[in-house]
Amino acid sequence: MTAAARVFFLGGLTSYRALFNWLRPAYYFPTMLAGPLFQILFFAYLGRSVGAESDAFYVVGNAVQISAMAGVFGMAITIGGERWTQTLGPLLATPASRIAIFLGRAVPNLAQGLLVSTFGFTMSWLLVDFDPPRSSIPGLAVIVLVTTTSCTAFGMVIGALGLRLRDSFMIANPAYFLMLLLCGVNVDVEVLPEWLESISRVLPLTHGIEAAREVVSGAPLSSVVGLVRTELVIAVVYAAAAFFLLRYFEEESRRKATLDRM
Amino acid sequence: MRNALRIFGAGWWMNMKQLTQSPLFVFTSLIEPLIMATIAFYTAKAGGKPEALFYLAIGAGVMGIWSSTLFGSGGVISWQRWEGTLELLVASPPPLIVIVVPLTIATSSIGIYSLTATLLWGRFLFGIPFDLAHPWLFAVGLPIAVVAMGLLGLLIASTFVLYREANALSNMLEFPIALVTGLLFATSLLPGWTRPIGWLLAPTWAARVIRESALGGNPLFEIAMCVILSGVYLVLASHFLRVLEVRARAKATLALA
Repeated sequence: MTAAARVFFLGGLTSYRALFNWLRPAYYFPTMLAGPLFQILFFAYLGRSVGAESDAFYVVGNAVQISAMAGVFGMAITIGGERWTQTLGPLLATPASRIAIFLGRAVPNLAQGLLVSTFGFTMSWLLVDFDPPRSSIPGLAVIVLVTTTSCTAFGMVIGALGLRLRDSFMIANPAYFLMLLLCGVNVDVEVLPEWLESISRVLPLTHGIEAAREVVSGAPLSSVVGLVRTELVIAVVYAAAAFFLLRYFEEESRRKATLDRM
Repeated sequence: MRNALRIFGAGWWMNMKQLTQSPLFVFTSLIEPLIMATIAFYTAKAGGKPEALFYLAIGAGVMGIWSSTLFGSGGVISWQRWEGTLELLVASPPPLIVIVVPLTIATSSIGIYSLTATLLWGRFLFGIPFDLAHPWLFAVGLPIAVVAMGLLGLLIASTFVLYREANALSNMLEFPIALVTGLLFATSLLPGWTRPIGWLLAPTWAARVIRESALGGNPLFEIAMCVILSGVYLVLASHFLRVLEVRARAKATLALA
Protein backbone atom coordinates (compact mmCIF):
# COMPACT_ATOMS: atom_id res chain seq x y z
CA MET A 1 0.00 0.00 0.00
CA THR A 2 1.44 3.38 -0.92
CA ALA A 3 1.91 6.02 1.78
CA ALA A 4 -0.94 8.15 0.42
CA ALA A 5 -3.32 5.18 0.31
CA ARG A 6 -2.34 4.22 3.87
CA VAL A 7 -2.98 7.76 5.08
CA PHE A 8 -6.28 7.79 3.18
CA PHE A 9 -7.63 4.47 4.47
CA LEU A 10 -6.11 4.05 7.92
CA GLY A 11 -6.12 7.74 8.78
CA GLY A 12 -9.73 8.07 7.67
CA LEU A 13 -10.85 4.99 9.56
CA THR A 14 -9.03 5.94 12.76
CA SER A 15 -10.38 9.48 12.60
CA TYR A 16 -13.91 8.17 12.05
CA ARG A 17 -13.70 5.87 15.06
CA ALA A 18 -12.39 8.74 17.16
CA LEU A 19 -15.33 10.85 16.02
CA PHE A 20 -17.64 8.77 18.19
CA ASN A 21 -15.01 8.28 20.88
CA TRP A 22 -14.09 4.95 19.37
CA LEU A 23 -17.58 4.25 18.07
CA ARG A 24 -19.44 3.70 21.31
CA PRO A 25 -23.05 2.75 20.47
CA ALA A 26 -24.22 5.05 23.26
CA TYR A 27 -22.94 7.99 21.22
CA TYR A 28 -23.69 6.66 17.80
CA PHE A 29 -27.38 5.67 17.94
CA PRO A 30 -28.84 8.76 19.59
CA THR A 31 -26.79 11.17 17.50
CA MET A 32 -26.87 9.61 14.08
CA LEU A 33 -30.11 7.65 13.95
CA ALA A 34 -32.66 8.58 16.62
CA GLY A 35 -32.25 12.37 16.48
CA PRO A 36 -32.53 12.60 12.67
CA LEU A 37 -35.55 10.25 12.64
CA PHE A 38 -37.42 12.44 15.12
CA GLN A 39 -36.54 15.47 13.00
CA ILE A 40 -38.36 13.88 10.05
CA LEU A 41 -41.39 12.99 12.17
CA PHE A 42 -41.52 16.45 13.74
CA PHE A 43 -41.70 18.29 10.42
CA ALA A 44 -44.07 15.76 8.87
CA TYR A 45 -46.50 16.35 11.76
CA LEU A 46 -45.98 20.12 11.59
CA GLY A 47 -46.94 20.01 7.91
CA ARG A 48 -49.99 17.86 8.68
CA SER A 49 -51.14 20.22 11.44
CA VAL A 50 -51.58 23.15 9.07
CA GLY A 51 -52.39 21.11 5.97
CA ALA A 52 -49.36 22.47 4.14
CA GLU A 53 -47.69 19.69 2.14
CA SER A 54 -47.85 15.91 1.99
CA ASP A 55 -45.82 13.69 4.31
CA ALA A 56 -43.69 12.73 1.30
CA PHE A 57 -42.62 16.38 0.86
CA TYR A 58 -41.22 16.53 4.41
CA VAL A 59 -39.84 12.99 4.37
CA VAL A 60 -37.83 13.55 1.18
CA GLY A 61 -36.59 16.99 2.30
CA ASN A 62 -35.55 15.89 5.77
CA ALA A 63 -34.31 12.39 4.92
CA VAL A 64 -31.93 13.92 2.38
CA GLN A 65 -30.99 16.81 4.71
CA ILE A 66 -30.13 14.57 7.67
CA SER A 67 -27.15 13.35 5.66
CA ALA A 68 -25.73 16.76 6.61
CA MET A 69 -25.52 15.51 10.20
CA ALA A 70 -22.55 13.43 9.07
CA GLY A 71 -21.40 15.64 6.21
CA VAL A 72 -21.42 18.96 8.03
CA PHE A 73 -21.06 18.11 11.73
CA GLY A 74 -18.86 15.10 11.03
CA MET A 75 -16.35 17.09 9.00
CA ALA A 76 -16.42 20.03 11.40
CA ILE A 77 -15.73 17.76 14.38
CA THR A 78 -13.20 15.67 12.49
CA ILE A 79 -10.95 18.68 11.94
CA GLY A 80 -11.92 20.54 15.12
CA GLY A 81 -11.40 17.34 17.11
CA GLU A 82 -7.80 17.07 15.91
CA ARG A 83 -7.20 20.49 17.39
CA TRP A 84 -9.08 19.63 20.60
CA THR A 85 -7.02 16.50 21.15
CA GLN A 86 -3.89 18.40 20.13
CA THR A 87 -3.09 16.07 17.25
CA LEU A 88 -3.60 18.68 14.53
CA GLY A 89 -0.07 20.08 14.88
CA PRO A 90 1.70 16.71 14.59
CA LEU A 91 -0.66 15.72 11.75
CA LEU A 92 0.15 18.80 9.70
CA ALA A 93 3.83 18.54 10.54
CA THR A 94 3.97 15.28 8.58
CA PRO A 95 4.81 15.34 4.89
CA ALA A 96 1.68 13.28 4.09
CA SER A 97 -0.47 14.28 1.15
CA ARG A 98 -3.08 16.75 2.34
CA ILE A 99 -5.57 15.40 -0.16
CA ALA A 100 -5.12 11.90 1.27
CA ILE A 101 -5.44 13.22 4.84
CA PHE A 102 -8.62 15.20 4.37
CA LEU A 103 -10.32 13.11 1.70
CA GLY A 104 -9.68 10.04 3.85
CA ARG A 105 -11.54 11.79 6.67
CA ALA A 106 -14.37 12.85 4.35
CA VAL A 107 -15.19 9.46 2.81
CA PRO A 108 -16.38 7.75 6.05
CA ASN A 109 -18.59 10.77 6.73
CA LEU A 110 -20.02 10.51 3.23
CA ALA A 111 -20.79 6.82 3.77
CA GLN A 112 -22.27 7.69 7.14
CA GLY A 113 -24.49 10.34 5.53
CA LEU A 114 -25.78 7.77 3.05
CA LEU A 115 -26.56 5.33 5.85
CA VAL A 116 -28.41 7.96 7.91
CA SER A 117 -30.40 9.05 4.89
CA THR A 118 -31.31 5.46 3.99
CA PHE A 119 -32.38 4.84 7.59
CA GLY A 120 -34.52 7.99 7.49
CA PHE A 121 -36.28 6.94 4.27
CA THR A 122 -36.84 3.38 5.50
CA MET A 123 -38.26 4.39 8.88
CA SER A 124 -40.45 7.03 7.25
CA TRP A 125 -41.85 4.36 4.94
CA LEU A 126 -42.74 2.36 8.05
CA LEU A 127 -44.06 5.21 10.21
CA VAL A 128 -45.73 7.86 8.05
CA ASP A 129 -47.53 8.24 4.76
CA PHE A 130 -44.55 7.74 2.47
CA ASP A 131 -44.67 5.03 -0.16
CA PRO A 132 -42.55 5.84 -3.21
CA PRO A 133 -42.86 3.65 -6.31
CA ARG A 134 -40.28 0.83 -6.22
CA SER A 135 -39.02 1.94 -9.62
CA SER A 136 -37.95 5.29 -8.14
CA ILE A 137 -35.55 3.77 -5.59
CA PRO A 138 -32.44 3.39 -7.83
CA GLY A 139 -32.84 6.98 -9.06
CA LEU A 140 -33.39 8.18 -5.53
CA ALA A 141 -30.23 6.36 -4.42
CA VAL A 142 -28.18 8.12 -7.11
CA ILE A 143 -29.55 11.51 -6.10
CA VAL A 144 -28.93 10.89 -2.40
CA LEU A 145 -25.34 9.83 -3.20
CA VAL A 146 -24.67 13.03 -5.16
CA THR A 147 -26.39 15.23 -2.56
CA THR A 148 -24.53 13.62 0.34
CA THR A 149 -21.29 14.21 -1.56
CA SER A 150 -22.06 17.91 -1.95
CA CYS A 151 -23.01 18.11 1.73
CA THR A 152 -19.73 16.50 2.73
CA ALA A 153 -17.80 18.90 0.46
CA PHE A 154 -19.64 21.77 2.14
CA GLY A 155 -18.73 20.22 5.52
CA MET A 156 -15.08 20.20 4.44
CA VAL A 157 -15.29 23.96 3.90
CA ILE A 158 -16.65 24.34 7.44
CA GLY A 159 -13.94 22.04 8.74
CA ALA A 160 -11.35 24.17 6.94
CA LEU A 161 -12.75 27.29 8.57
CA GLY A 162 -12.28 25.41 11.83
CA LEU A 163 -8.54 25.82 11.29
CA ARG A 164 -9.04 29.55 11.60
CA LEU A 165 -11.88 29.79 14.12
CA ARG A 166 -11.69 28.63 17.71
CA ASP A 167 -14.94 26.71 17.47
CA SER A 168 -16.10 25.19 14.18
CA PHE A 169 -19.50 24.46 15.79
CA MET A 170 -20.15 28.18 15.51
CA ILE A 171 -20.47 27.64 11.77
CA ALA A 172 -21.65 24.03 11.69
CA ASN A 173 -24.67 24.62 13.94
CA PRO A 174 -26.09 27.64 12.07
CA ALA A 175 -25.30 25.94 8.75
CA TYR A 176 -27.23 22.82 9.71
CA PHE A 177 -30.28 24.74 10.93
CA LEU A 178 -30.23 27.24 8.07
CA MET A 179 -30.32 24.31 5.66
CA LEU A 180 -33.69 23.39 7.15
CA LEU A 181 -35.00 26.77 6.03
CA LEU A 182 -33.02 27.64 2.92
CA CYS A 183 -32.52 24.41 1.01
CA GLY A 184 -36.13 23.54 0.31
CA VAL A 185 -36.13 20.96 3.10
CA ASN A 186 -39.34 22.15 4.75
CA VAL A 187 -40.20 25.27 2.81
CA ASP A 188 -40.42 25.51 -0.97
CA VAL A 189 -37.52 27.78 -2.00
CA GLU A 190 -39.79 29.64 -4.40
CA VAL A 191 -41.79 31.15 -1.53
CA LEU A 192 -38.66 32.60 0.07
CA PRO A 193 -37.71 36.23 -0.61
CA GLU A 194 -35.71 36.52 -3.82
CA TRP A 195 -32.37 37.21 -2.10
CA LEU A 196 -32.80 34.14 0.13
CA GLU A 197 -33.71 32.02 -2.87
CA SER A 198 -30.48 33.17 -4.58
CA ILE A 199 -28.51 31.96 -1.56
CA SER A 200 -30.35 28.65 -1.52
CA ARG A 201 -29.42 28.04 -5.17
CA VAL A 202 -25.70 27.97 -4.33
CA LEU A 203 -26.05 25.76 -1.27
CA PRO A 204 -25.78 21.99 -1.30
CA LEU A 205 -29.06 20.01 -0.99
CA THR A 206 -31.38 22.46 -2.77
CA HIS A 207 -31.14 20.90 -6.24
CA GLY A 208 -30.77 17.38 -4.90
CA ILE A 209 -33.93 17.64 -2.82
CA GLU A 210 -35.85 19.09 -5.77
CA ALA A 211 -34.68 16.20 -7.95
CA ALA A 212 -35.49 13.63 -5.25
CA ARG A 213 -39.04 14.97 -4.87
CA GLU A 214 -39.65 14.69 -8.59
CA VAL A 215 -38.27 11.14 -8.75
CA VAL A 216 -40.34 10.05 -5.75
CA SER A 217 -43.44 11.45 -7.41
CA GLY A 218 -42.79 9.19 -10.41
CA ALA A 219 -40.56 11.17 -12.77
CA PRO A 220 -37.70 9.22 -14.39
CA LEU A 221 -34.12 10.01 -13.37
CA SER A 222 -33.42 11.23 -16.90
CA SER A 223 -35.86 14.11 -16.39
CA VAL A 224 -33.87 15.52 -13.46
CA VAL A 225 -30.37 15.11 -14.88
CA GLY A 226 -29.96 18.90 -14.98
CA LEU A 227 -30.69 19.24 -11.27
CA VAL A 228 -28.36 16.35 -10.39
CA ARG A 229 -25.61 17.82 -12.56
CA THR A 230 -25.96 21.19 -10.81
CA GLU A 231 -25.74 19.47 -7.42
CA LEU A 232 -22.58 17.70 -8.60
CA VAL A 233 -21.04 20.97 -9.80
CA ILE A 234 -21.80 22.51 -6.40
CA ALA A 235 -20.04 19.55 -4.77
CA VAL A 236 -16.94 20.03 -6.91
CA VAL A 237 -16.84 23.78 -6.24
CA TYR A 238 -17.13 23.30 -2.45
CA ALA A 239 -14.52 20.53 -2.48
CA ALA A 240 -12.10 22.76 -4.41
CA ALA A 241 -12.81 25.67 -2.07
CA ALA A 242 -12.22 23.40 0.94
CA PHE A 243 -8.79 22.27 -0.31
CA PHE A 244 -7.81 25.85 -1.09
CA LEU A 245 -8.92 27.03 2.36
CA LEU A 246 -7.24 24.10 4.12
CA ARG A 247 -3.91 24.88 2.48
CA TYR A 248 -4.28 28.60 3.01
CA PHE A 249 -5.21 28.36 6.69
CA GLU A 250 -2.54 25.74 7.30
CA GLU A 251 0.16 27.99 5.88
CA GLU A 252 -1.18 31.02 7.70
CA SER A 253 -1.42 29.22 11.01
CA ARG A 254 2.20 28.06 10.63
CA ARG A 255 3.26 31.63 9.91
CA LYS A 256 1.32 33.08 12.85
CA ALA A 257 1.77 30.07 15.16
CA THR A 258 -1.97 29.91 15.77
CA LEU A 259 -2.67 26.28 14.89
CA ASP A 260 -3.30 25.05 18.43
CA ARG A 261 -4.98 28.20 19.71
CA MET A 262 -8.27 27.25 21.37
CA MET B 1 -31.92 28.05 54.16
CA ARG B 2 -30.09 31.39 53.86
CA ASN B 3 -27.01 29.60 52.59
CA ALA B 4 -29.08 27.67 50.06
CA LEU B 5 -30.60 30.92 48.76
CA ARG B 6 -27.15 32.51 48.57
CA ILE B 7 -25.84 29.51 46.59
CA PHE B 8 -28.90 29.68 44.35
CA GLY B 9 -28.40 33.38 43.62
CA ALA B 10 -24.66 33.11 43.05
CA GLY B 11 -24.93 29.94 40.94
CA TRP B 12 -27.77 31.31 38.83
CA TRP B 13 -25.99 34.59 38.16
CA MET B 14 -22.63 32.93 37.50
CA ASN B 15 -24.12 30.48 35.01
CA MET B 16 -26.16 33.22 33.31
CA LYS B 17 -22.94 35.19 32.78
CA GLN B 18 -21.03 32.14 31.56
CA LEU B 19 -23.75 31.06 29.14
CA THR B 20 -24.22 34.50 27.64
CA GLN B 21 -20.47 34.56 26.94
CA SER B 22 -20.79 31.40 24.84
CA PRO B 23 -21.50 32.23 21.19
CA LEU B 24 -22.73 28.68 20.62
CA PHE B 25 -25.22 28.94 23.46
CA VAL B 26 -26.38 32.35 22.27
CA PHE B 27 -26.95 30.82 18.83
CA THR B 28 -28.97 27.98 20.34
CA SER B 29 -31.07 30.40 22.38
CA LEU B 30 -31.53 33.18 19.86
CA ILE B 31 -30.95 32.20 16.26
CA GLU B 32 -32.16 28.61 16.22
CA PRO B 33 -35.65 29.54 17.52
CA LEU B 34 -35.89 32.25 14.86
CA ILE B 35 -35.09 29.71 12.16
CA MET B 36 -37.67 27.29 13.57
CA ALA B 37 -40.23 30.08 13.82
CA THR B 38 -39.61 31.15 10.23
CA ILE B 39 -40.07 27.57 8.99
CA ALA B 40 -43.28 27.34 11.02
CA PHE B 41 -44.58 30.66 9.64
CA TYR B 42 -43.92 29.67 6.03
CA THR B 43 -45.48 26.25 6.67
CA ALA B 44 -48.63 27.87 8.08
CA LYS B 45 -48.81 30.21 5.09
CA ALA B 46 -48.38 27.28 2.69
CA GLY B 47 -51.25 25.55 4.48
CA GLY B 48 -53.40 28.66 4.16
CA LYS B 49 -53.67 29.06 7.93
CA PRO B 50 -52.38 32.54 8.78
CA GLU B 51 -54.50 32.49 11.96
CA ALA B 52 -52.09 29.88 13.31
CA LEU B 53 -49.14 32.27 13.18
CA PHE B 54 -49.38 33.61 16.75
CA TYR B 55 -49.92 30.06 18.03
CA LEU B 56 -46.79 28.96 16.17
CA ALA B 57 -44.77 32.00 17.29
CA ILE B 58 -45.43 31.12 20.93
CA GLY B 59 -44.68 27.45 20.26
CA ALA B 60 -41.39 28.29 18.56
CA GLY B 61 -40.48 30.55 21.48
CA VAL B 62 -41.20 27.80 24.02
CA MET B 63 -39.22 25.41 21.83
CA GLY B 64 -36.33 27.90 22.14
CA ILE B 65 -36.63 27.81 25.94
CA TRP B 66 -36.64 24.03 25.76
CA SER B 67 -33.60 23.92 23.42
CA SER B 68 -31.52 26.15 25.65
CA THR B 69 -32.62 24.20 28.75
CA LEU B 70 -31.76 20.89 27.13
CA PHE B 71 -28.45 22.06 25.70
CA GLY B 72 -27.49 23.82 28.93
CA SER B 73 -28.66 21.08 31.27
CA GLY B 74 -27.15 18.33 29.16
CA GLY B 75 -23.88 20.19 29.28
CA VAL B 76 -23.95 21.37 32.86
CA ILE B 77 -22.37 18.22 34.32
CA SER B 78 -20.10 17.59 31.33
CA TRP B 79 -18.77 21.15 31.35
CA GLN B 80 -17.97 20.97 35.06
CA ARG B 81 -16.31 17.62 34.39
CA TRP B 82 -14.20 19.03 31.54
CA GLU B 83 -13.22 22.06 33.60
CA GLY B 84 -12.20 19.81 36.48
CA THR B 85 -14.64 21.49 38.88
CA LEU B 86 -17.16 18.65 39.25
CA GLU B 87 -15.19 16.90 41.97
CA LEU B 88 -14.80 20.17 43.87
CA LEU B 89 -18.54 20.81 43.69
CA VAL B 90 -19.35 17.28 44.83
CA ALA B 91 -16.81 17.49 47.66
CA SER B 92 -18.13 20.86 48.92
CA PRO B 93 -20.45 20.83 52.00
CA PRO B 94 -23.80 21.79 50.35
CA PRO B 95 -25.83 18.95 48.83
CA LEU B 96 -25.15 18.63 45.10
CA ILE B 97 -28.79 19.39 44.28
CA VAL B 98 -28.47 22.85 45.83
CA ILE B 99 -25.54 23.55 43.52
CA VAL B 100 -27.04 22.11 40.34
CA VAL B 101 -30.57 23.62 40.61
CA PRO B 102 -29.49 27.24 39.94
CA LEU B 103 -27.33 26.12 37.02
CA THR B 104 -30.23 24.43 35.24
CA ILE B 105 -32.72 27.20 36.09
CA ALA B 106 -30.23 29.64 34.54
CA THR B 107 -30.30 27.68 31.28
CA SER B 108 -34.08 27.88 31.06
CA SER B 109 -34.07 31.54 32.16
CA ILE B 110 -31.91 32.36 29.17
CA GLY B 111 -34.61 30.75 27.07
CA ILE B 112 -36.79 33.80 27.84
CA TYR B 113 -34.59 35.54 25.27
CA SER B 114 -35.84 32.95 22.77
CA LEU B 115 -39.47 33.66 23.47
CA THR B 116 -38.96 37.43 23.29
CA ALA B 117 -36.88 37.23 20.12
CA THR B 118 -39.37 34.92 18.43
CA LEU B 119 -42.37 37.10 19.25
CA LEU B 120 -40.53 40.24 18.06
CA TRP B 121 -39.40 38.43 14.90
CA GLY B 122 -42.99 37.43 14.16
CA ARG B 123 -44.24 40.93 14.93
CA PHE B 124 -41.81 42.85 12.75
CA LEU B 125 -41.12 40.44 9.88
CA PHE B 126 -44.42 38.66 9.53
CA GLY B 127 -46.80 41.25 11.01
CA ILE B 128 -48.10 38.83 13.66
CA PRO B 129 -50.04 40.84 16.24
CA PHE B 130 -48.84 40.49 19.80
CA ASP B 131 -51.81 41.13 22.08
CA LEU B 132 -51.92 39.38 25.42
CA ALA B 133 -55.38 38.27 26.48
CA HIS B 134 -54.36 37.93 30.15
CA PRO B 135 -51.20 39.97 30.78
CA TRP B 136 -51.17 39.26 34.54
CA LEU B 137 -51.55 35.52 34.07
CA PHE B 138 -48.82 35.72 31.44
CA ALA B 139 -46.54 37.55 33.89
CA VAL B 140 -47.21 34.95 36.60
CA GLY B 141 -47.29 31.91 34.33
CA LEU B 142 -44.10 32.57 32.35
CA PRO B 143 -41.65 32.31 35.28
CA ILE B 144 -43.50 29.25 36.61
CA ALA B 145 -43.26 27.64 33.17
CA VAL B 146 -39.57 28.51 32.90
CA VAL B 147 -38.80 27.06 36.34
CA ALA B 148 -40.72 23.88 35.46
CA MET B 149 -38.67 23.41 32.30
CA GLY B 150 -35.47 24.21 34.21
CA LEU B 151 -36.33 21.53 36.77
CA LEU B 152 -36.98 19.02 34.00
CA GLY B 153 -33.49 19.98 32.83
CA LEU B 154 -32.30 19.28 36.37
CA LEU B 155 -33.86 15.82 36.27
CA ILE B 156 -32.13 15.15 32.97
CA ALA B 157 -28.82 16.53 34.26
CA SER B 158 -29.08 14.42 37.42
CA THR B 159 -29.11 11.24 35.39
CA PHE B 160 -26.05 12.43 33.48
CA VAL B 161 -23.69 12.35 36.46
CA LEU B 162 -22.66 8.81 35.62
CA TYR B 163 -22.65 9.03 31.86
CA ARG B 164 -20.03 10.35 29.48
CA GLU B 165 -22.62 10.25 26.70
CA ALA B 166 -24.71 13.00 28.29
CA ASN B 167 -24.25 15.43 25.44
CA ALA B 168 -25.14 12.89 22.78
CA LEU B 169 -28.34 12.02 24.63
CA SER B 170 -29.30 15.63 25.17
CA ASN B 171 -28.75 16.40 21.48
CA MET B 172 -31.17 13.62 20.62
CA LEU B 173 -33.96 14.76 22.93
CA GLU B 174 -34.75 18.10 21.27
CA PHE B 175 -37.12 16.95 18.52
CA PRO B 176 -38.75 13.98 20.33
CA ILE B 177 -39.81 16.12 23.27
CA ALA B 178 -40.95 18.95 20.98
CA LEU B 179 -42.98 16.31 19.13
CA VAL B 180 -44.75 14.62 22.07
CA THR B 181 -45.36 17.86 23.98
CA GLY B 182 -47.06 19.51 21.01
CA LEU B 183 -44.97 22.66 21.03
CA LEU B 184 -45.86 23.53 17.43
CA PHE B 185 -48.99 21.47 16.84
CA ALA B 186 -51.80 19.82 18.77
CA THR B 187 -50.90 16.47 20.29
CA SER B 188 -54.26 15.12 19.09
CA LEU B 189 -52.51 14.50 15.74
CA LEU B 190 -50.15 12.02 17.36
CA PRO B 191 -50.91 8.37 18.15
CA GLY B 192 -52.91 8.12 21.40
CA TRP B 193 -50.19 6.25 23.29
CA THR B 194 -47.83 9.23 23.05
CA ARG B 195 -50.14 11.62 24.92
CA PRO B 196 -49.52 10.31 28.47
CA ILE B 197 -45.79 10.74 27.81
CA GLY B 198 -46.43 14.39 26.98
CA TRP B 199 -48.44 14.90 30.17
CA LEU B 200 -45.38 13.98 32.23
CA LEU B 201 -43.21 16.58 30.53
CA ALA B 202 -43.17 20.22 31.60
CA PRO B 203 -42.97 21.73 28.07
CA THR B 204 -46.52 20.41 27.40
CA TRP B 205 -47.96 22.48 30.23
CA ALA B 206 -45.53 25.37 29.86
CA ALA B 207 -46.58 25.90 26.24
CA ARG B 208 -50.26 25.73 27.25
CA VAL B 209 -49.75 28.23 30.10
CA ILE B 210 -48.16 30.73 27.76
CA ARG B 211 -50.61 30.11 24.91
CA GLU B 212 -53.75 30.35 27.04
CA SER B 213 -52.60 33.47 28.85
CA ALA B 214 -51.68 35.05 25.51
CA LEU B 215 -54.48 33.83 23.25
CA GLY B 216 -57.28 33.60 25.82
CA GLY B 217 -58.43 30.78 28.04
CA ASN B 218 -57.95 29.76 31.61
CA PRO B 219 -54.39 28.58 32.26
CA LEU B 220 -54.80 27.98 36.02
CA PHE B 221 -54.92 24.20 35.65
CA GLU B 222 -51.81 24.29 33.44
CA ILE B 223 -50.02 26.54 35.95
CA ALA B 224 -50.92 24.05 38.69
CA MET B 225 -49.55 21.19 36.56
CA CYS B 226 -46.27 23.09 36.11
CA VAL B 227 -46.00 23.55 39.89
CA ILE B 228 -46.81 19.89 40.60
CA LEU B 229 -44.38 18.61 37.99
CA SER B 230 -41.69 20.97 39.29
CA GLY B 231 -42.06 19.41 42.74
CA VAL B 232 -41.94 15.88 41.31
CA TYR B 233 -38.85 16.65 39.21
CA LEU B 234 -37.11 18.20 42.22
CA VAL B 235 -37.77 15.18 44.45
CA LEU B 236 -36.72 12.70 41.75
CA ALA B 237 -33.62 14.67 40.79
CA SER B 238 -32.60 14.98 44.42
CA HIS B 239 -32.92 11.21 44.86
CA PHE B 240 -31.06 10.41 41.62
CA LEU B 241 -28.26 12.82 42.42
CA ARG B 242 -27.76 11.27 45.85
CA VAL B 243 -27.76 7.71 44.53
CA LEU B 244 -25.61 8.46 41.49
CA GLU B 245 -23.17 10.58 43.47
CA VAL B 246 -22.54 7.71 45.89
CA ARG B 247 -22.16 5.30 42.98
CA ALA B 248 -19.78 7.61 41.12
CA ARG B 249 -17.69 8.03 44.28
CA ALA B 250 -17.65 4.26 44.86
CA LYS B 251 -16.59 3.50 41.31
CA ALA B 252 -14.27 6.51 41.12
CA THR B 253 -15.83 7.52 37.82
CA LEU B 254 -16.84 11.08 38.64
CA ALA B 255 -14.03 12.78 36.78
CA LEU B 256 -13.87 10.40 33.83
CA ALA B 257 -14.60 12.34 30.67
